[in-house]
Amino acid sequence: MASLTLRGVRKSFGTVEVIKGIDLDVASGEFVVFVGPSGCGKSTLLRLVAGLEDVTSGTIAIDGEVVNHLPPAQRGLAMVFQSYALYPHMTVYDNMAFGLKIGGDRKADIDRRVRDAAEILEITPFLDRLPRQLSGGQRQRVAIGRAIVRNPRVFLFDEPLSNLDAALRVTMRIEIAKLHESMAGTTIIYVIHDQVEAMTLADRIALLNAGRVEQVGTPMELYQTPANLFVARFIGSPAMNTVPCVIESAAVGTKVRPQGGNSVAVAAAIPGEAAGSEGIFGVRPEDLKLTTESDAIFAGRINIVEKLGEVTMIYITTGDEPIVAKLRGDVGAKKGDNVGLTAPLECLHVFDHEGTAFPRTLG
Amino acid sequence: MSTVRSSIAALLPRRSDLRRQRLRSAWLFLLPMLVVLTAVAGWPLVRTIYFGFTDASLTNIEGARWIGIGNYFSVLSLPSGATLYDGLLVDPAWWRAVWNTVRFTVVSVTLETIFGMIVALVLNAEFKGRAVVRAAVLIPWAIPTIVSAKMWTWMLNDQFGIINDMLLGLGLIGQKIAWTASPDTAMIAVVIVDVWKTTPFMALLILAGLQMIPGDIYEAAEIDGVHPLKVFWKITLPLIRPALVVAVIFRGLDSLRVFDLIYVLTPNNLQTKSMSVYAREFLFDFDKFGYGSAASTLLFLTIALMTIACIAVGRVSVSGEAR
Repeated sequence: MASLTLRGVRKSFGTVEVIKGIDLDVASGEFVVFVGPSGCGKSTLLRLVAGLEDVTSGTIAIDGEVVNHLPPAQRGLAMVFQSYALYPHMTVYDNMAFGLKIGGDRKADIDRRVRDAAEILEITPFLDRLPRQLSGGQRQRVAIGRAIVRNPRVFLFDEPLSNLDAALRVTMRIEIAKLHESMAGTTIIYVIHDQVEAMTLADRIALLNAGRVEQVGTPMELYQTPANLFVARFIGSPAMNTVPCVIESAAVGTKVRPQGGNSVAVAAAIPGEAAGSEGIFGVRPEDLKLTTESDAIFAGRINIVEKLGEVTMIYITTGDEPIVAKLRGDVGAKKGDNVGLTAPLECLHVFDHEGTAFPRTLG
Repeated sequence: MSTVRSSIAALLPRRSDLRRQRLRSAWLFLLPMLVVLTAVAGWPLVRTIYFGFTDASLTNIEGARWIGIGNYFSVLSLPSGATLYDGLLVDPAWWRAVWNTVRFTVVSVTLETIFGMIVALVLNAEFKGRAVVRAAVLIPWAIPTIVSAKMWTWMLNDQFGIINDMLLGLGLIGQKIAWTASPDTAMIAVVIVDVWKTTPFMALLILAGLQMIPGDIYEAAEIDGVHPLKVFWKITLPLIRPALVVAVIFRGLDSLRVFDLIYVLTPNNLQTKSMSVYAREFLFDFDKFGYGSAASTLLFLTIALMTIACIAVGRVSVSGEAR
């Protein structure tokens, strides 16, 4: 039930600056995911919010109140750790009740809250067990339970599912989504390096890279209108095909010619003076379709065909970089075939030579 | 369960052949060690126990005669009609040695545990030069006991010792104290030196336990808002308990057979004479080899029983933890 505001947040460890000025607004009740490659600073940012690390400069405010100097316990938040961080010598019940007992809550009240949380997470049968007698998924539920009973203003999750196996991860992901729905109004910050998890859970994603926010937006905004090359390549699997291109005409009737491809019209607002300069052309593998060689953006010989059942991946080489296409079903293409690939106008992305996306002219 | 196992064994005869072969090579690897242990530990132990039942003397070990439990307990009927009880079990000097040893063990191990814990907690914290401090702390433990005992003998010397000088300078004592000779202070001196020497060992074992605790548990406690003192009692202490128990057992058994420190620091002092010192006196100084062997045997039995008790208690606490 709280908003979170970051203003110019910086963090240095010694001479190394890992968070390089972050501004972010999280609305009350929002589910925001910090995502990014390893070492981008997303976990550090979460720890700054939690108060486990001190900010070097900038402010962190919860509900408009600056909490920079408050210890973690007084910030009114709860955190779920990647490694669960359960107290190994306490039962599940005590793990969940410990923080409340310390806080001096009434015994009956503690008991009710612990049992309610256990009920929601379906861990009631394990309340008397020790963490080591539980499976990974059960431990993760206990860790979440310990966070729930605190009735926090903000929930922090630090890669909570990365120690679980793939199948369990999907189950828990759905449960966390359900949990968010059942706790209407609870603000959640969730750190993850897996973009699929980010896309499925988040109301909004903050994509971090090298201590900076590259883009903040809904999952579909990041997918459809990436602000720059980094976002474009990070979101989506396999990654977007990006090849250098020449901007043939700008302002009106924008056209670009990707390296190794044919000239193609794009829906991007490219200023007139950029005409003739170099840029980067991008198209997602799943947006490409087979076509005749004459209509194609890219045409060439198929190097590799991967049949995955639901989709077929084909790799063709036209310029320096291979182009990947992800086609639905079994398209019957064979290695060595000459094919053409094209994509709809609204799926084509153009970036300037520094990697910033040109604004799109379609809605 | 056993029927299942035997039916599996029947199904897989080759496997049990392999198992037998593995067992054989295991014994083969163990054999040299077993031979050495039997020669250097087993045989002397058996001989000591045997001599405890004889009237052996240093000058005539071969001519020792079997006298049963006479060294432990015997009844003498004098011609005058009075009855005299003799033997180790009724020797007040022996029981005094037992009491000295137990007192020394309890006091010094308690102090070492407390100080070792403090040192370990400090060494577990992040600070510059931690590696150097960790190494430096171990120095008392690395010095041979004889050397440190001699060193402390001089430091505690009543005339020239630096300890008296410092305490006088600070005005804490009015006159110089004969630390190692005075009956009132001899045990204190022994405990001080033992604590100084073995606290590093304690600290090292506890530190190993502390380093096994994952850091994020402390972060979880921080978010739970647990006071640092409570974190120590409710989280740190329970989690290092296994390491602590092992360390206390090690030190306890070590202290029960204390010899060199007392022999060098406070020779011939009734207040500090331990079981080992007592046994050595009879073995070599008083030429009552059989009697000394009996004392050694009792010391061995005491330590063996304590070890068994510790292991049993340790098991209980482990299963208690598992619930």
